[in-house]
Amino acid sequence: MHTKTIAELVQGLRSKAFSSVELTRHYLERIQARDATYNSYITVTPELALAQAEAADARLAQGDAPALCGVPIAHKDIFCTNGVRTSCGSKMLDNFIAPYDATIVDNYRRAGAVTLGKTNMDEFAMGSSNETSYYGPVKNPWATDCVPGGSSGGSAAAVSALLAPGATASDTGGSIRQPAALCGLTGIKPTYGRVSRWGMIAFASSLDQAGVLTRTAEDAALMMNDLASYDPKDSTCVEMPVPDYTAELNNPIKGLTIGVPKEYFSEGLDPKTAQIVEDAIKLYEQLGATIKSISLPHTHLAVPAYYVIAPAECSANLSRFDGVRYGYRCEDPKDLTDMYMRTRSEGFGEEVKRRILVGTYALSTGYYDAYYNKAQQVRRLIKRDFVEAFESVDVIMGPTSPSPAFAFGAKTKDPVAMYLEDIYTIATNLAGLPGLSIPCGLVDNKPVGLQLIGDYFAESKLLNVAHQFQQATDHHQQVAPSALD
Amino acid sequence: MAVDTSTIAKMASLARIEISDAESGEAAARISQVLDLVDQLQAVDTQGVTPMAHPLDAVQRLRPDDVTEPDQRDTFQSLAPAAEAGLYLVPRVIE
Repeated sequence: MHTKTIAELVQGLRSKAFSSVELTRHYLERIQARDATYNSYITVTPELALAQAEAADARLAQGDAPALCGVPIAHKDIFCTNGVRTSCGSKMLDNFIAPYDATIVDNYRRAGAVTLGKTNMDEFAMGSSNETSYYGPVKNPWATDCVPGGSSGGSAAAVSALLAPGATASDTGGSIRQPAALCGLTGIKPTYGRVSRWGMIAFASSLDQAGVLTRTAEDAALMMNDLASYDPKDSTCVEMPVPDYTAELNNPIKGLTIGVPKEYFSEGLDPKTAQIVEDAIKLYEQLGATIKSISLPHTHLAVPAYYVIAPAECSANLSRFDGVRYGYRCEDPKDLTDMYMRTRSEGFGEEVKRRILVGTYALSTGYYDAYYNKAQQVRRLIKRDFVEAFESVDVIMGPTSPSPAFAFGAKTKDPVAMYLEDIYTIATNLAGLPGLSIPCGLVDNKPVGLQLIGDYFAESKLLNVAHQFQQATDHHQQVAPSALD
Repeated sequence: MAVDTSTIAKMASLARIEISDAESGEAAARISQVLDLVDQLQAVDTQGVTPMAHPLDAVQRLRPDDVTEPDQRDTFQSLAPAAEAGLYLVPRVIE
């Protein structure tokens, strides 16, 4: 059952090939037997899962159940889950039992999906290798001596190791697409505002967006149908109808114009990765698309702008962790200031503290205009590049990540080297555009991702273009060898 | 731009984070690396460019001033490190 896609599970549950309880037990047993190798889950929720599976079976028996009813999924531990520990990968929230569901968790609960557990992640989603988690690093199922990417490394490893057929994730600078690339998965970050952020623990509020990690574009479309919603509780959520994301999957892509930015194939890109990505784009030409070379001239400024805006917003967002209302509090504080200082120093890890300090600096008196304001101006220049490009192309394609999965510790000593991991994904977050990564081949037996960037709210188009590639190729059907041992 | 350990100490104090003298040198070095990276922004001509706060330039929505959330004080306070009689407890601030 664990090799089936979500689309196949949806069919199997309806044809009574298996029940949701059987399916859920099977996944729980796999997690129990195998996750010690990967560390992809922080919390497994067997009782909740089996209760939800029983309820789903009853609903399926009555007919007219929603598509995902009875399908087990995992949630990134950044999403509040009522009655379940929601740690965000941090010691600060190690004891935090969320008192409510995030809107997206509630959406899936109402659709009858089963929650297997909460997946590991970089602390407060700050990282590109899942090495900053308080709960330890996650291993890449393709090469267990390598990182799975981050920050949604646990969600990616769980799906790649067949310990969940799909998982929720979040993406502030590439945290869905980069792990999708490194673990051989399909991962989509929707347009900013398409998905509610309510109950998703905030990192950088103008960039954060929830999405999903699955094995196929069709599965991502099925999951997107419940992920996207208008939510009055998130003031940045956009009020517009949610389409059926599966409706356009089979549209032919003949006549599609693909823009290939020259800046995405410059210095820093691993030559073997470049070759595989170029081959994938050529395949689209055979499928009837036209390839057009384009320029996004402000690309080199995306990482610098991001590392002002994200830390600035993070320093504001994380000021709420003060040891008063929830979460960690230091032992025996001698006064209020001592309590704040030690709670935050002991509760946050090194990378989180570094970003808070950079953000505090960027927002401090005398530096606001030079850093934050300047970065927000550059952000608009980056957005304009894309707006101009989309006047003549339908989608933009390039690599997701500059190289395949790297070894543990390879970039932990140099924050800037780690930040450059997201060089091709960050601009999309700054502009607020949707982005998607699909597997397109292997380098040294490790997966490579092809990134697709769409115009605002063009998720259906991206999923269609990804699905057509997957109809013509079998890269998405490759399974991490360790998952089948 | 390189920052020194006294700037780090000031930022740490503003952010209510303790950085020991032993950690301070390394923190300054790593944060200087990040600031070197972001200093590339200074070379860009942004004259007349409006800063972008929201990708879709959305504005804050207003809603009727109605009560929409039930009172959940007890539930929320059950999560607190220390609470009593409906109040959050912190170390004494007034002698």
